[in-house]
Order: sequence, then structure tokens, then C-alpha cells
Amino acid sequence: MSSTVHPVLAHPRRLPNVWDAAALLCVFAAIAAVAHVTPQTFRPIDAPGAITVSLDPRQLPDYALRTTLRMFGAMAASLLFTFTYAPLAARSRRAGLVMIPLLDVLQSVPILGFLSFTTVFFMSLFPGRVMGLELAAIFAIFTSQAWNMAFSMYQALTTVPRDLEEATRSFRLSGWQRFWRLDVPFAMPGLVWNTMLSMSGGWFFVVASEAITLGDKTWTLPGIGSYVAVALDQRDLGAVAWAILAMLVVIVLYDQILFRPLVAWSAKFRMETTAGAVAADPWVLKLLRRTAVLRRLGDGIAAGFGAVAGLRLGRSAGYVRRIDSRPSLAGDITFLVLVGALALYAAWQVVAYVAANHLGWADLGEAVLLGSFTLLRVAVLIALAAVVWVPIGVWVGLRPNWARRIQIAAQFLAAFPANLLFPIFVVGIVRLRLNAEIWLTPLMILGTQWYILFNVVAGASAFPADLREAASNFRVRGRLWWRRVILPGIFPYFVTGAITASGGSWNAAIVAEVATWGNTKLSAHGLGAYIAHATDAGDFPRIVLGVAVMSGFVLAFNRVLWRPLYAFATRRLTLD
Amino acid sequence: MDATAAPLLEVRACRQSYHKDSAADLLVLDNVNLAISDGEIVGLLGRSGSGKSTLLRIVAGLLRPSGGEVRWRGAAVAGPTPGIAMVFQSFALFPWLTVRENVELGLEAQGVARAERAQRAEAAIDLIGLGGYDGAYPKELSGGMRQRVGLARALVVHPDLLLMDEPFSALDVLTAETLRTDLIDLWSEGRLPIRAMLMVTHNIEEAVLMCDRILVFSANPGRVESELRVPFAHPRDRLDPGFRQRVDDIYALMTRRAAPPAPRPVAAAADMGFATPLHPMSTNLLAGLLETLAAPPYDGRADLPALAARLQLEADELLPLGETLQLLNLGVLEEGDLRLTEQGREFAQANTERRKAIFAAALRAHVPLAAAIRRTLDERWNHRASAVRFRDELEDHMSPDYAEDTLRTAISWGRYAELYSYDEEAQQFSLEDVETPA
Repeated sequence: MSSTVHPVLAHPRRLPNVWDAAALLCVFAAIAAVAHVTPQTFRPIDAPGAITVSLDPRQLPDYALRTTLRMFGAMAASLLFTFTYAPLAARSRRAGLVMIPLLDVLQSVPILGFLSFTTVFFMSLFPGRVMGLELAAIFAIFTSQAWNMAFSMYQALTTVPRDLEEATRSFRLSGWQRFWRLDVPFAMPGLVWNTMLSMSGGWFFVVASEAITLGDKTWTLPGIGSYVAVALDQRDLGAVAWAILAMLVVIVLYDQILFRPLVAWSAKFRMETTAGAVAADPWVLKLLRRTAVLRRLGDGIAAGFGAVAGLRLGRSAGYVRRIDSRPSLAGDITFLVLVGALALYAAWQVVAYVAANHLGWADLGEAVLLGSFTLLRVAVLIALAAVVWVPIGVWVGLRPNWARRIQIAAQFLAAFPANLLFPIFVVGIVRLRLNAEIWLTPLMILGTQWYILFNVVAGASAFPADLREAASNFRVRGRLWWRRVILPGIFPYFVTGAITASGGSWNAAIVAEVATWGNTKLSAHGLGAYIAHATDAGDFPRIVLGVAVMSGFVLAFNRVLWRPLYAFATRRLTLD
Repeated sequence: MDATAAPLLEVRACRQSYHKDSAADLLVLDNVNLAISDGEIVGLLGRSGSGKSTLLRIVAGLLRPSGGEVRWRGAAVAGPTPGIAMVFQSFALFPWLTVRENVELGLEAQGVARAERAQRAEAAIDLIGLGGYDGAYPKELSGGMRQRVGLARALVVHPDLLLMDEPFSALDVLTAETLRTDLIDLWSEGRLPIRAMLMVTHNIEEAVLMCDRILVFSANPGRVESELRVPFAHPRDRLDPGFRQRVDDIYALMTRRAAPPAPRPVAAAADMGFATPLHPMSTNLLAGLLETLAAPPYDGRADLPALAARLQLEADELLPLGETLQLLNLGVLEEGDLRLTEQGREFAQANTERRKAIFAAALRAHVPLAAAIRRTLDERWNHRASAVRFRDELEDHMSPDYAEDTLRTAISWGRYAELYSYDEEAQQFSLEDVETPA
């Protein structure tokens, strides 16, 4: 047999180098930062400076740090949720029957509408402590991140390749070993990608959740979001500019240090069987892979992880698949009865709540009418965004040099919390005396339109070269080219982007349909404004109603429009 | 080999059925008996769909049989067993693990200590000729190298019985041959830490080259049709007359079984209803085969092994082609030969229009499903019919996969013959664009 030994291309360096020093500094800085912030969260709420925000720009690095740590706290919670919820839903057929639709509904609930409830809840858990507020903020971010991550994990778990699954059983891996050796790695690329989308969305919510007004009380948790809120209150445009700058820096750092390396790293978990063209490692990954100290640290972590993942916890699977198995009927019936009882109880609770708070059909009618206004706004915005970004995206996508750069820029813009930019628009509307009904609308899509651009660029760059050549060979040009060649080609990508964009826009409606500038209040008619006003007034029944109606709209919008479109796109417009 | 010694593995009266909601259960395996003793290589030879891979998975403990029992060293098998390891057709390597990590997987599952793991993996990697590739990821390797990793991964756990599921069928001809001879060399030299091998294959030559005993499977339901011994010592010579004779014998065996009792009368075909699964064969392929058969040197009659070699087809691919021609009454399989019928010869010499007409006539006469689709369309006032009802009806007789294949084939053949057209979006048959005969 062949015994060729290939020379190892890169010799691992043994001596520390300049990079090591830089890397060590980074690590220590991170540790110091966490140590600096943690004690502050346990301070009493009335301690001096605990929940006051000063507009001094020199405070901004500190605020940015606290905002970022909240993000990561939420991310940890989301990962924990993903790793428990998804396997449970995937392993048990019965649990999946309830858990997956539930996830779908949760995904459509406008989180910002619920901020008021969760704040009250968490404050009651830690009375008089900053911790309660912190947790409320973290929970808000968590609810913006967790669902799609859990979905992607669930999808991966249900599509694990059969031969790999058989191999793990044949070699008698335990449940724990299988989870870390097969399930998690297989889910990794999708999970990393969805985590990135979640984080991008999360910045929006972290900014919105730091300054919470409920009735006549306002709490400001030190952070970039509350800094902007205070600046708005004091009509300080300079401070707003400082905050935007700070956020830009944070996003650049997060993008460069965390996500580019993570996405590049996750490529190794792809199921492709051929070594494709590999993009160059981002600099941070290079640093990690080529620095002696960090390499050893990484190897240590990997070894530790391997030891934990290799633990033989749980039984090894015996006969799992039975092609002739019949589900137990008694079990199914019991389960259905249980779920039915729970649903009845929930329905009764809803009726009781509505009755106790004197909400009538008229209120529902009002909410639905306002919802239709917001629906109209979302639809018009998506259409406008399509008209603007599809041609640009196609133009860019067909030029590889541009495509890479624009994609990175679009990803970056999608991560930037658009609500920080709202004040600039609001000042414009106030100064120019524009109609708020119309001009507040674009704010809803300010942050989410980039998903459309991003996906269209991806679609156009993935468009097969031979089809382009065929089109130009037969001299297909102008409108015919758009209609027959490129639009069908990018359609699946466009739908993906538009789904993300429309989901985000609904959520943004709650902060975009009302705006304040000092004492000037701008408001447009819509469900978002309805919820925002109810929150301001501390009117819980109307918040619930508004949020429920909005969830209904989002669900219906998804089911009636996006899902069929997506199914059509994947069925008809993909080659295989 | 001690004939009196108890066999390593015994499969008794094994039955596997596929559960259907509405109709009776569909049988995949029926009354299969099998024993494997120390020191032998046993091959399961059969066509795709004959249930041989299912049997292998039952032996591996991956699948619980619906009936019968599997005994390993006298004890009943209830799930994956330590003494049995498997090599997969698709390699089943974890793309995120390096060669070494993939090989160590089975040891890790057994809780073998790290140092011993490394040492045993190293030994297996070297044995199978992968030295130097330890740190490579599967995607950096060629197909042959990947299957070597699959072999090392199975061997490292020192199984007594090595199961191989069409291990070389995903490789190109040369690579597969190298791997086969390498494996047989190691086996003959006694360097493999195993006592017996059970391999599934549809490649007749491969079975004769490697196995000491070959079990030929029949399909629908899968049964052991016959058992042959291959008495030659390793290494075997493919050109040896004895070797060739064995290959010819097996071809004859497999076509004899495939042949129906007599040239099938039309009425009988209609009686069979939908129960016959159709092989998904493209009309281009069928036409190509008919032309080849009609032309010299065959002039209407060809020896199957020779034809397989000439067309670079494996038995698994050639036999369904032959059977399809036979089903359409364009050809006849007899004693390892494929002969053209009068219609087949006419088809080969006809122009496109005429060919379509011949094919349409053959479909209506011999493929009950196609005939039924056309009849239904003729009867309906709007000449439309949903594909769903035909699929449902097919699923009463076969597994959903076969039903899907059969329906697809009927759609494709019917389109070629311009017997009916099909709208994929609406999942509907219709007579649009079909010239209805006056």
C-alpha cells in the first residue's frame, strides 16, 4: 500500500512573537472589561449613577462596553435555548407537533411591544437592583435572537445525513457523544449564519430596550441606547452624532473580531465533499491560527472540549429506526387530550382577561384597521426597496470585484442599529414640516432593506455563467433579459431577503411610527403607534391586544404571501 | 476452516416488512437464512431493491427485523454489536473530523483511553495505507482515499465481522480495483484484525473476485435465490476460464429468474394491474440499446457479460434495461442472452415518428399503468386527471419510493410516446399537445 508522506507545509512556530504580545493584551483587556462591568449590575437601583446617563462623550466607551456585554449575555442565553429546545423538538415527534408551530408564532411576535411586561416581571425578581433592568434588556435581545437560531438547529437535526447517523449508531456513540460529534457540527454553518443575523437584529433591540418608559416612569440603563434617548430628550444633536460614532466602532470591532472569523471557521463543517475555492482567512482567524501562544490555547480548549464531548453520557442508541413501527395510539390520544386541555385553558384565560378589561369588538376593529395601515406601509416599502435594490444588486452581483465589497458593506449596514439614525430623520421632518404619516414610514425599512440588497447580490453572483453566456449568445437583451433571464434567476434569493426585511420592518414599526424630539411628538397612524401609545399610557390590555393583532398580521402575511412564494421559488426556479 | 464450529453469525427466518397505513404490509425480505463462519468472505449479490442492504443493516443491528432472529456468537442481536463494524457505500465520513479523528471515533465511543486510541488509530491508518494523511480532512482526499479511511475506521475497533455495503461502487473502475486487491492481499496475509467479511454488491465480477461464497438475491420480496461457492484461491485472475465460467453462470442465474414463464400474453399483463414496478429507464437509453443490439456484431442477439463489458455497464444496470425491453416486448432475456423481438428490430430501424408509434403501442399493450392513465383521460370530459390517485394506487402495491419511480417512469415514457402530457405544477395528466387518433 502507498506510504507517501507529504511534507507538512507549515511548521508550527514554537517561540512567542509580536503577535503573541498583541494577542495577550487583547485577552487581558477583555477580562478586565468584564470584571469592570459585572459589579455594577448588582448595585441598588437608587445608588448614585446606577441608572443615570450623562451625555459626556468620554463616558461612551464605558456605555458601549455595557451595551456589548448585554448582547453577549443574550447570545449565551439564546445558544442555551437553541441547544435544548431544538433537540427536544426534533427527537420527540409529539413534542415537535407543538413546539415547532409555537416557535413559528413566537418568531412573529413583535418583541418591542412586550418590553413593558418583561421589565415589570424582571424588576419584581430583583426588587431595587439594577440586575432586574439588565435582565429585562437581555431578555428583550434574547427574544429577538433565539427563535431563528432554534429553527436552524431544528432543521439541521431533522436533515442529518442518514449514513452519518448510521455510522454513529454502528460505532455505538452515546447520545451525548452523538450530539457533539454529529448534530452540533452538522448544524454549525446554519447556526453561525443565523446567529450572525440574530446579532445584527439584536443591536436594534439592545438600543431600544435600554431606555424603558412605562406610564410615567422612565428607566435608563447605562448604554448607547439610553445615551441616545437622553440626547433626544435634551435635543442634543451633537451627542447623537457621538453615539452613532461609538456604535460604528463597536460594530466594526464585533464584525472583524468575532463574526468574520467565526463564519470562516464554520466553513469546515459544511457537508461538501470537495475542497472548493477557499476565501482567505480573516485577519483575526490568521492571528488565532498562526500565533504560537493562542494556538496552544486553542489546542487546549479543543482538547478540553473533545474530552467533554467524548464523555460517554447517556445510552448508546440501539434500534432507533424501525421502518415498520406504528406509533402508539394510546400515547397519541393522551398527548392530544393534554394539548387540547391546555389550549382550552388558554382560550378561557384570554376570554377572562378580555372580559375583565372591558375590551370590545370595537377595540379589535380599531387595532385591525390600524394594522392594515401598517401592512400597507410594509408592503409599499418592500416594493420600493425591491425597485431600488434589485437593479443595483444585480449590477453589483455580476461584477465579482464589487460583489464581495458590497456584500460586506450590506452585512455591516444590516447590523448597524437603524434606530440610532432615527433622530436625524425626525429633526428633518420637524424642521421641514413634512407629513409624519408619510415620512416616518421609511424609518421602518432603514435597517432591514440591506437584507434585500445582500441577498440579491448573492443571487446574482451565483447566477450560472453558462446561462449568462447563452443569453448573450442569443442576444437576449433589455426587458427580455430581465424578465426571462436574471429575475427568475435571483428570485429565490430575493424572496429570502424580503422575508427577513419584512419581518424586521413589522418590529421596527413600534419604534418608527412614533418619534419624539424634545417636546415635539410625531406620530403616524398604525398598529406600531397604537402599541407605543398604549405602552406610554401603561395601558396593558391595549398592549396585549395590539401585540396579538400584530402577531396575527405577521403570521398571515408569512403564510399567505411569503411561504407560497418561497415554495414556488425553490420548486420552479432552481435547477435540481 | 473447521466445518463443525458454530458459525459467528446466524440469521434465521428473517423477514422485513414495510408498514403501510392503508393496505397490507409490503414485504422487503422474506424468510432469509444466512450463516457466516470464521474465515470466510460472503457476498450478497442482487439487484438494487432486492433488500440486500436492508439485510446488512439488520445484521449490523441498525434495523430491527419484523420477524425472525439474528444471533451473534449464539446471543441474540439487539442493536449495534461490539464485534461488528460497518463500511458504508457513501463512506459516511464526518467532514469536520480529520482522518485520525474519524478513525478514532469508534474507540472514543468505547471509552478507550486517549493514548491507546492514538496508538491503535496510527496502526490502522498505516495498515490501510493512509500514513501521512492523519491530519487531513476528508474533503482533501480522493474517493479511494476516503474509502480507505472508512476501512481504517471499521478495522480499528478490531471487529470479528466486517460488513461492507457496496464499498467500491462509488469509486471509479481503477481505484475500486486497487482497493479490492489491497484488501484481499491484507486478508490473505492475515494482517486484518477480523475473522469474516460480509459484503453487499451488485457487481457480479466483484463478487466472484472477492468472495468465498455468494448468495444471489431475488427481488420483490428479497429472498436468497441460490448459493454458490467460489473455490478459487486468492489472488484470483479475472481472465481465468474458471472465473469467466462462474461469471457467466451467475448472469444466467439472474436472467433465468428474471424471465417470465412464457412470452407474456397481453391479457395476462393487464391482469397484473399496477403491481409491476417500472425501472426508471430513459427512452434514449432504451433506443440506444435497441440500436446497438440490432447492429453488428450482435445482429439481434447478445451475450450479457460481453454486452456489459462493451457498454461499460454493471449487471445491476444492464439487467433492468433488459427487463424493461422484455416488459415492452421489444426484447427477450434468455439464458444470459438478450434477444431482439420483431417489434424491437422494427423500432431500431424506424424514424422518430414511427418509433413513437411503436412505443405508444407497446405501452398500451404491456404497461397497465400507462394504459390506465390514457384510458382515464379518454373517459374524462375535460381529458384531465390528477397524478395523486395513480400514486395512491401504486402505493398500495409498493413502497412510496418505488411508487414515485414508477410514476415518474410512466410520465416520461408517456410523454415520449405522446400518449399523454403532464403538468408538473398542477400534478395533472392531460391530453394537451397530444394528437388524438381519429
